[in-house]
Amino acid sequence: MIITKLRRTIKSGAISFWRNSSVSLASVLIMTVTLTVISMILFFGVVMSSTLETIKSKVDINVYFVKGAEEEEMIALSESLKQMPEIASVEYVSREQAYATFRERHKDEEATLQALDEIGENPLPASLNIKAKDPSQYDAIVEVLKNKEITTNDNGIVEKINYTKNKQAIDAITRIINASNKLGFLIAIFFAAVSILITFNTVRLAIYIFREEISVMRLVGASETYIRGPFVTVGILYGIVSAIVTVLLMIPLTNSLGEWTDKLGTGMNLFAYYQDHLVIIIVSLLVAGSTLGAISSFLAIRRYLKV
Amino acid sequence: MLKFTNVTKLYHTGDTALKDINIHIRPKEFVSIVGQSGAGKTTLLKLVLGEESPTEGEVIFEEMNIHQLKRKHMNMYRRRVGTVFQDFRLLPDKTAYENVAFAMEAAGRADFEIESDVPHALDLVGLRHKAHSFPDQLSGGEKQRVAIARAIVNQPEMIIADEPTGNLDPVNTYEIIQLLKKINDLGTTIILTTHNVGVIDNLGRRVITIKDGKVALDSIEGKYIL
Repeated sequence: MIITKLRRTIKSGAISFWRNSSVSLASVLIMTVTLTVISMILFFGVVMSSTLETIKSKVDINVYFVKGAEEEEMIALSESLKQMPEIASVEYVSREQAYATFRERHKDEEATLQALDEIGENPLPASLNIKAKDPSQYDAIVEVLKNKEITTNDNGIVEKINYTKNKQAIDAITRIINASNKLGFLIAIFFAAVSILITFNTVRLAIYIFREEISVMRLVGASETYIRGPFVTVGILYGIVSAIVTVLLMIPLTNSLGEWTDKLGTGMNLFAYYQDHLVIIIVSLLVAGSTLGAISSFLAIRRYLKV
Repeated sequence: MLKFTNVTKLYHTGDTALKDINIHIRPKEFVSIVGQSGAGKTTLLKLVLGEESPTEGEVIFEEMNIHQLKRKHMNMYRRRVGTVFQDFRLLPDKTAYENVAFAMEAAGRADFEIESDVPHALDLVGLRHKAHSFPDQLSGGEKQRVAIARAIVNQPEMIIADEPTGNLDPVNTYEIIQLLKKINDLGTTIILTTHNVGVIDNLGRRVITIKDGKVALDSIEGKYIL
């Protein structure tokens, strides 16, 4: 009997969805807007997080050596740093490499190259580029470097550790992104709440149209569950169809934003992200849409069941 | 079968809809309830259907106090009572067949019963050929006949017909009343409210006249007297 009831409920809901196509279309449209807004808000969050990670990954420590430093000593320092568990990578840049890189980078700036030539010798120091496994460990690494004999000693080979300046700029950007993430989150909640409320009201309006029928159903002895079932089914169908429309709508939307996110240095391409996570996005939208539809219908029909 | 004992109904505005009503309707009776608009006929039927509760007194159906029934039992009780309304109240997005089948589905009847009984009920009201028409494709008389098919399909013990001919022309009125008489002859109790003098006078059955919320007259083979 339960299977028969379930089959009748689903069939009745599906028929009602199809026969009341204009009401269904309006509800699907509103729910599609809701799901699209929520999806875009989530994507915005992902882009912001990725941007933050990209910026953080650009943080490094540059250790500049004095001109007369012996290459063996510099490489030895590099090797000893590599042994530290906090450090992800250490790159040694010799004076020659630094010189070649500089020339390459400024190949179109004749005045700069002329100035360099006039000096007559290579003015650039050798350096180490150190990346930590976690940005929070940079302070500790800098402390270690500062305490090393080669840094504090008069005959030390380290001339300068360039970290604090980068750090301040990066901290500022991190603060901005964190603040905008928080603000974005609040805006997201606001928009999501408004969209959900609009969806709920649309479904309520759709059910309001059927209030007379609901009272007739009550008078022929239909149970609450039996009346509610098809309406909840219709709500779920609104959600499923809206989810499918949203998934399709997202293709051109993320595609058009993809290149833009790429160029902006967010460290990701939104379209690629969308493609990579398509399955989870489809499942999430289907679950979110059908839950929203089912709950809206369930709550909206309550007041008409009192006959 | 159905007993009103000292029933009074006051609305929250303080208006008295019914005052001290005592009526006893026996099985297989055909009872007409007449009265002017606002006399309390519809309130009386709403009390029978459990749509309204009495302020005082009780309405008993087969030893059950209707207004003390829990939700679940109210549904089961309503399946034992067929209802026909002046405005038909069919489900507009369902065909004639589906409207009749809905009452059976709601009562939890099996598919094979529905497949056999619905065409039979539509046959009885002469509308089998319109089984797949939607309400807006049917005339007023046809809609009312579908409503009657829906009311009888679960073989109820009693049918409540609230002004069933109110929106119909004389020919359809005659047909609907003949249909109700036929159903009554098959053993179902009928409670009918109407304004139609001709209908009452031709029926020659029990007539209860309601005036200002009270029973003014209750005669076995009554006429329409106000």
